[in-house]
This record gives sequence, C-alpha cells and structure tokens, in this order.
Amino acid sequence: MSTTLLIVQILNGLQLGVLLFLIAAGLTLVFGVMDFINLAHGVQYMLGAYLAVAFYGLTGSFFAALVLALAAALVFGLLLEVLVFRHLYGRDHLDHVIATFGIILFLNSAVKLVWGAAPLSLPVPEALSGSVALAPGLLYPVWRLVIIGSGLAVALLLYVLVSRTRIGMLVRAGATNAEMVGALGVDIRRLFSLVFGFGAMLAGFAGIMIAPILSVEPGMGDTILILAFVVIVIGGIGSIRGAFVAALLIGLVDTLGRSFSVDILRLFMASSTARTVGPALASMLIYLLMAVVLYVRPTGLFPAKGR
Amino acid sequence: MTKTVSMLATAAAALALAASGAQAQEKLKVGLIATLSGPPAVLGQQIRNGFQLAVKQKGGKLGGREVEVLVQDDELKPDIAVGKVKAMVERDKVDFVVGPVFSNILQAIVKPVTEGGTILISPNAGTSNYAGRDCNPNLFITSYQNDQMHEISGKYAQDSGMKTAFIMAPNYQAGKDSLAGFKRYFKGEILDEVYVPLNQLDYSAELSKIAAAKPQVVFVFLPGGMGVNFVKQYRQAGLADTIPVYSTFTVDESTLPAQQDAALGFFAGSNWAPNLDNPQNKAFVAAYEQEFGAVPATYAFQAYDAALLIDSALTATKGDTKDRDALRAALKKADFVSLRGSFKYNTNNYPIQDFYLTKVAKRPDGKYQTEIVRKVFDDYADPYVKDCKMK
Amino acid sequence: MKAPSASPSAPVTSPPRSRLRSLALPALLFVALAILPLAALAASAGYVLDLFTRVMIFSVAALSVDLLIGYAALVTFGQAAFVGIGAYAVGILSSHGITDALVALPVAMTAAGLFALLTGIVCLRTKGVYFIMITLAFGQMAFFTASSLAPYGGDDGLTLADRNTLAGLALFGRPLVFYYVVLAVLIASYALCRSLVASRFGRVLRGTKENALRMTTLGFRVYRFQLVAYVIAGMLSGLAGFLLANATEFVSPAYMSWQRSGELIIMVLLGGIGTLHGAIVGAAAFLLLEEWLAGFTEHWKMIFGPLLVLVVVFVRGGLIGIAAALGRAVARRFGRG
Repeated sequence: MSTTLLIVQILNGLQLGVLLFLIAAGLTLVFGVMDFINLAHGVQYMLGAYLAVAFYGLTGSFFAALVLALAAALVFGLLLEVLVFRHLYGRDHLDHVIATFGIILFLNSAVKLVWGAAPLSLPVPEALSGSVALAPGLLYPVWRLVIIGSGLAVALLLYVLVSRTRIGMLVRAGATNAEMVGALGVDIRRLFSLVFGFGAMLAGFAGIMIAPILSVEPGMGDTILILAFVVIVIGGIGSIRGAFVAALLIGLVDTLGRSFSVDILRLFMASSTARTVGPALASMLIYLLMAVVLYVRPTGLFPAKGR
Repeated sequence: MTKTVSMLATAAAALALAASGAQAQEKLKVGLIATLSGPPAVLGQQIRNGFQLAVKQKGGKLGGREVEVLVQDDELKPDIAVGKVKAMVERDKVDFVVGPVFSNILQAIVKPVTEGGTILISPNAGTSNYAGRDCNPNLFITSYQNDQMHEISGKYAQDSGMKTAFIMAPNYQAGKDSLAGFKRYFKGEILDEVYVPLNQLDYSAELSKIAAAKPQVVFVFLPGGMGVNFVKQYRQAGLADTIPVYSTFTVDESTLPAQQDAALGFFAGSNWAPNLDNPQNKAFVAAYEQEFGAVPATYAFQAYDAALLIDSALTATKGDTKDRDALRAALKKADFVSLRGSFKYNTNNYPIQDFYLTKVAKRPDGKYQTEIVRKVFDDYADPYVKDCKMK
Repeated sequence: MKAPSASPSAPVTSPPRSRLRSLALPALLFVALAILPLAALAASAGYVLDLFTRVMIFSVAALSVDLLIGYAALVTFGQAAFVGIGAYAVGILSSHGITDALVALPVAMTAAGLFALLTGIVCLRTKGVYFIMITLAFGQMAFFTASSLAPYGGDDGLTLADRNTLAGLALFGRPLVFYYVVLAVLIASYALCRSLVASRFGRVLRGTKENALRMTTLGFRVYRFQLVAYVIAGMLSGLAGFLLANATEFVSPAYMSWQRSGELIIMVLLGGIGTLHGAIVGAAAFLLLEEWLAGFTEHWKMIFGPLLVLVVVFVRGGLIGIAAALGRAVARRFGRG
C-alpha cells in the first residue's frame, strides 16, 4: 500500500465525492425548500449525459455540447416542474415517490427508444485528455482533475449564492420555514421553479462531466440516485454544507474501501476468505456508515434548523 | 369493485388466449426470452435479432414449418423469468424456448422449461453445473461452456511466455469462474486478483493498483457497461499503450460502439469473430448489418445458430415435435453449417468447437469489430463433461 | 420532517354499518380469487394459476408494507430483504436436504423476524425520510450478504431440487393445491392484519401516526409498539419469501434488491394506503399491468410510468380511492333517485 497509491486513491475518492455533491446539492435543495422528494433527479443526471452526447454529435465540440446540454437540462427540468411537480407540492411524500418513480420508468424507457439500448460515449475534449505527472511516478488523468476542480468551483459558487445573496437568503429561509416565506409576500412559486430548475441543471452538469469517463446508458441514474440520497441523509436534509461534507465522505469511504478492504482484511484472515469478504464488505461500507451516522445522529450531521 | 371486474377480465383474456393457442397447432411456436430492458438490453436485442434474422432468411419457416416467435423480456429478474417461461410452456404451448442472456436467469428457468419435456436452447449462458452433474437432455447450448472463453486468455498468456498477470472480475459467481478459468492455464505469477462490485462504474482505484503493480498482462472479465467504463478509463490513464489487456465479454461488438478508439488493440477470447473466414459467416454479417445497422456480436451469431439448429432437427424429424426422443436425437446431431465452422455436440449437449484470440480493430468503413488473431484451442471440449451421466 | 399525513381513505373510526361495507370489497376479492381456478382449469389455462399465485404472494408482502406505511407511518424501503431472507431460508435448508415446510416455514419467519428485531432497534430511532433511508441501508446490506454467499450460489442464486413437502406430503408440487395454500395464507395474513389494526395495539399505532408526541405523553411506549409492528411485518414478508421460493423453485439475491422494495411501496400506494385490501388490489394491478403491457411492447414502461403519474395527480387514495369515489357517486344518485 504505497503512498503514491494512497494519494491517487484519495484523489479518486474526491472525484467521486464532488460528482455526488453536484447531484446531491440539487436534491437536498428541492427537498429542503419544497419538502419534495424527487426520485426523478437521477434520470435528470442521465438525461444530461445523453443530451451532451447528442449535441456533441451535432456540433462536434465538447464545449458547445456542454452549453447546449446545460440549457436543455434546465428547460427540461422546468418543463417537468410545470407538468408534474407543481401539482404535487404540499401533498404527501408518498405521492411524490410514486409520481417521480413513474417519471423514472418513462424516461429510462424513452432514452432507450430514442438513442437505443447500447451504451454511448462522449470523448474527452482534446485539450484536456491524457494524464499529468503530479509527482514522479504519479500520473493522473487531466479530465478527472477537471471534474474535481469544477465540482469544487460549483460548491464555492453555491456557498456564495446561498450565504451572500438575496435569493440565497430566501432559499435558506424557505428550507427552514417555507410557509413563513410565502406569508412574507415572496413569490414562492417562482422561487420553487428557480430552485428546481437550478437543481436539475446541476444534475445535468454532473451527467455531462462524467460522460467522458462512464458509459452513457439507460438506467445510469438509478444507482447514483440512491447514493445521492445516502449523501443528503447523512449530511442532513436541506443542508448544502452537509451535502458537501457527506458527499466527500462517501466518495472517500467508497473508493478507499474498495481499494484497500481486501488488503486490510488479509491482516486478519486467510487471503482467499479476504477476497470473498472484502468486496462484499466494501459494497456495504457506505450503508454501514449511513446506519451508524443515523444511529448516533438521527437527523444527519448538519440538520437544517426547524426540522 | 372495478378492480375485481378488471381482474376477472384479465383472467378471461388469458383464457381466451389459451383457447386460441389450442387451435393453432400447425404453427411451430418458439418462445424467446432475453433481457430487453435495463442497461444489458443491447445483448438481449442481439439475441432476438440474430434469431429472427435466421427465421426470416428461412422464409419464416424452420424445418418446413411456419414459425411464430414469441419474444419476452426477463427484465434480468429470475422470478419474472420463471413466470414468463411458465406462461410460454403452459399457455402458449411452445415447442422450444430460446434464451436467456445471463447465467442467473438460466439457473432459474431450466427446471420450469425442461421438466415437461420442452426443449431449452441457450444461445449464450452455459454454466458449469449444466455441463456436469446437472446436465439435462432437454437443454442444448449453442454458445460454449463459460469457463472456456476465459481459458483462451490464460492459455495464450502462458504460451506467449508472460510471467506476471493482474486479473480482475466482478464479485459474483461468473466473475469467480472467469478468474479460475484464466488461472487453469496460466502458470505465471498472479500479482493481484481483484473482485469489484457488480456494475461498478469507476475503475480509478483498480487502475492505480495496476499501474503500481506493473504486470506483463492484465486479464479482465467486465461485461456490458462495466467494460465500456473500464476500457475508456484504462486508455485515459495511459496504460493501454504499455500493458496489454486480455479479456472476455469486455470488448465486443455490443460495447465497441461506445468504446471506439479507446478499445483499439485490446485482446479478447472468443469462439467467433465477424471476420471469421467462411462463406456462411460473411453472408450472415452482411445481412445482419444490412438489417439492423450494427455489427453483430457473439450473442447474435449464437442465436442465429440456435435457429439453424432447430431447423436442422425439424428437417430430420420432418417437422414432428411430438416424438421427443427423435427430436432430441436430431438436435444432438447438430446437422447444420454453423457460422463458426466446426461444431458438434458433446454428450452433455455443450458444443465441441475451436476458440480464438481476437483483437479490436477499426474497419475501413469506420465501424469497429473484433478480428481473429490466431486459433488457441482446436475442437475443445469442456472438462465438466466427465460429471455428466448422459450418453 | 413532516410525517406522511393521514391518508384520506384511512378509516379512523368505523361505525358498524360502514365496517360491514368495508369488508364487502375484500370479501369479494377473496371470493373472486377462490373461484378463479375453476374458470382457469375449465379453459385449461394452468398458466393463469401461476400468475395469480404470484400476485397473491406479493399481496402478502404488500400487506406487511401497508401495515407499516398505512398504520404506523413507517415507510420501509427495505422490505424486500425480509422476503429474501424467507426465500433463502427455504433455499439453504433445502440444499442441506431439509425440505419440509414444517421446518422451513418457522425458520423462514423466525429468521426474518429476528432480522427485523435487530434492525428495527436501530431504524426506529429515526423518523420520516431518515427512516426510509436507514431501512434501505439494511436492505442493501442483506442484499450484498446474499450476493456473497458463494456456497449458496452467490449472485447466480440457488435452484431448489423441489418444492417443500408438507409433513412429508408433496402437496405444494400440485399447482392447484399450492394456489389454494397461498390463498389461505393470504386470507389468514389479511385477517391477522385486520384484527391487529382494529385492536388496542392498532389504535395506539394509528395514534402514533397522527401524533407520536401525544401518545408518548399519554404514557405509551411508542417505540415498543412500532418495534412490534416492524417485527410482525418482517415475519409476514418472510412468509411471502417462503412462498415465493416455493413458487419459483429458485432463490436469488435479486429478490432483495432495493428496486423490489420500491416496487412493494408502489404496489401499496397504487392500491391505496391504510386499507389493507388496497395492498392486495395494488399488487394485483401492478403485476397484471406489467404482464399485460409487456405483452404489447417492450417499451411498456413508457405507458406504465405516465399511468402512475396520472393516478397520483388526479386520484387520491389509489385505486381503492377510485372505487370508493365511484361507489359514492352511485350511492348519491340512488339516494336522490
């Protein structure tokens, strides 16, 4: 277990972490501000990736595809809000679950119909492909660094938006007590649409950024959705800061667990047993972590006030 | 109240279907079950397309009988698959079931399909238990015994004098079988044996380990989307030019459209490739591409062979499926010209065939395919046959 | 976190007449299920038996979910784990040559109940969405454990040599007998749940759903009531798992996946929560629609998805809600006429 390997794995963990943050941020905002469980958030991530592939096919430029796909993700998010979600605010959480589950089924099937079942891919932009040497003998793909960088930048932007601007203040107030904000004469509807569209765009952004690394396929959002829920629950629902901390935590625990669980278990048991137990344990690790966190702090690490 | 009515209506509809099934005895019914939803849908589509292409080329007939192919999606859920095949056997009274894609579905459906004497032809999954102790007179495999595909890479690595290897597969039964298959022939040092969670997306952790271990060869079994992700990330990490990758089901025509240039130069073990040089295969590949606009993978060709197998047996029995002993004997003869050339059945109803090392290449028309590098095994039978009591 | 509010269709108090009426629908359901095989066999459509056996098995699991969601506001997202544990009990025992239901059934239910007890102690510390996620966490742990059980097939699952015997008799092997066994189990489970929710225990449980704080100040140990409900639901799901293993003669980690847990919730919501028979209607509607739509097109989810959305947006209280609204409309017309 060399130092170089450890550093690389930590970077990998960070990269998974910021990706999860991009998705979880929108989810936790929508949940926190509108008290709305949006299971369809994962398919918005998937759609971002598909749109990027489609626009890349049209324009041949990654950056054009990025901009167009972001815009399309925003429009699509707003469309969903108007068509479906708007009718369900204030309803039982379980109504949200069943409706957004329906949207998942529809969209997973729809992308298959439109783009086919075969996995698609998006090339890494030429200028950002290849690897850099971070230290002697420590090569790291540039694109992964770009993901980490842009994820951190979004986190910073969100921090400034939420803590320094009027909109941010309304969002924070909405997360604590939405009725009060409405009563104060704020157009809560517009605020909701705004937050929703923004969240959808962030999920789309995550999908676009990851498309050069992962295969773009129907159902790619389902697993990530569950991970994002794990993140916002550990972080405390409605808390951007909690989502950020929890996302990095999950990213690191998952990546480091996967790479070192077998080696660590080998210290205690036979190699062949470690090989069987290790991966199973590594898959469980984040759920174990969530169970422990919730046992100790039943409302997550950074519970939003008033809930 | 309405619910009750609609339930009864559904039941009635099912009854009506069953009744109509009884009248249409003349048509040969073939049930095709494959995974057609979710990420692995592309594999199921290849199987469906390959089979239907063969039926179409035979003028909608197999062995001279009109064919009706009933396609069902197993959703990669074993209990759903059991329900679907039971419906095929009991409601639709199919004579053959063709499918599935995945081993765990095969384990679930063999019993419900075959216990009443219906013939099951697996165009992809070929697990070791059905080759050995659980071998079944009503089960025919047109693919291979799973281990063999992995043994190709192990054998070739050994023959070409490789000394160190890094091997990796998903953490499930087929994954473990694959690494065991590789190690059966490779006698060099295994630097590390890694099991990743099924459907893992990101291989950065493992790639770092590979870079640190510096093996002479990497062997992976990462089917479907896992393979797409691994190959792209392996290329991005700059490893593709230094350490060769041998693989099974990681680079094939179902994943190459997504992997593209990233997969160039990757090796795979296979029983076939689109450029396998015989006239029937050339015609098949051309027809498949014409019909479906994509290069066929092993799934498609094995399903095509499954249709040819049924056709040959029914030709021998003059279309009769009632005499099961005669039908089984005719199937066992495998009297058809396989797209892979040499093909015959062992006593366990698994094929004896040649295996090749293949390599990913870009065709002049810009499409990608695997191409044969050299033959690794000649008329190779699986070792499990010794546990099979069938003669 | 706001607890899911009382469903409009959950009857809190039932005067005798409306209770009689509320039993009419379930009774009709069971009668229909009881005579279905006669029709099916008359038309030699044995396949329909299998389909409805499956429907009834999932109804048992859905009942357990409704008991938790509809009456205790405990939205469990890990219920498939209990089904899987029940199924694995059958599979593992049978791979060791123990194939009698008199052993397998108690083991299946006890194992599921124990798992519910241990995880319930932890899960019930949390509320609302946190509870949803922590039950998911334990469900996933069970899933990954099953997937790594190499001696029992790991991810590939385990084929049963045969269905369980009952006191040495190979009754389950006959589809018609098995069908009625499952129907009997379903009716018994329904009766158990019905009497549970009508008992003092059930009233306390419903009380905690409306206002947990009030019940606590009234001196009830809310946590204990919820834990008992959670264990009972776990055992019921284990029972469903026992039946599922016997029906498919196969067990697989796929029975425990979170998608399956989600489907169980959807079934209950589709039928109408907090009614119990809604769970049966929902399970039937979900599975039959799936079967029926999948027969038309492989893109059936494109129809099924929007259907779910429409049900939620325009109907409250699920399919039972529709039935009730229709019933009211009819009654009103006749009342006026």
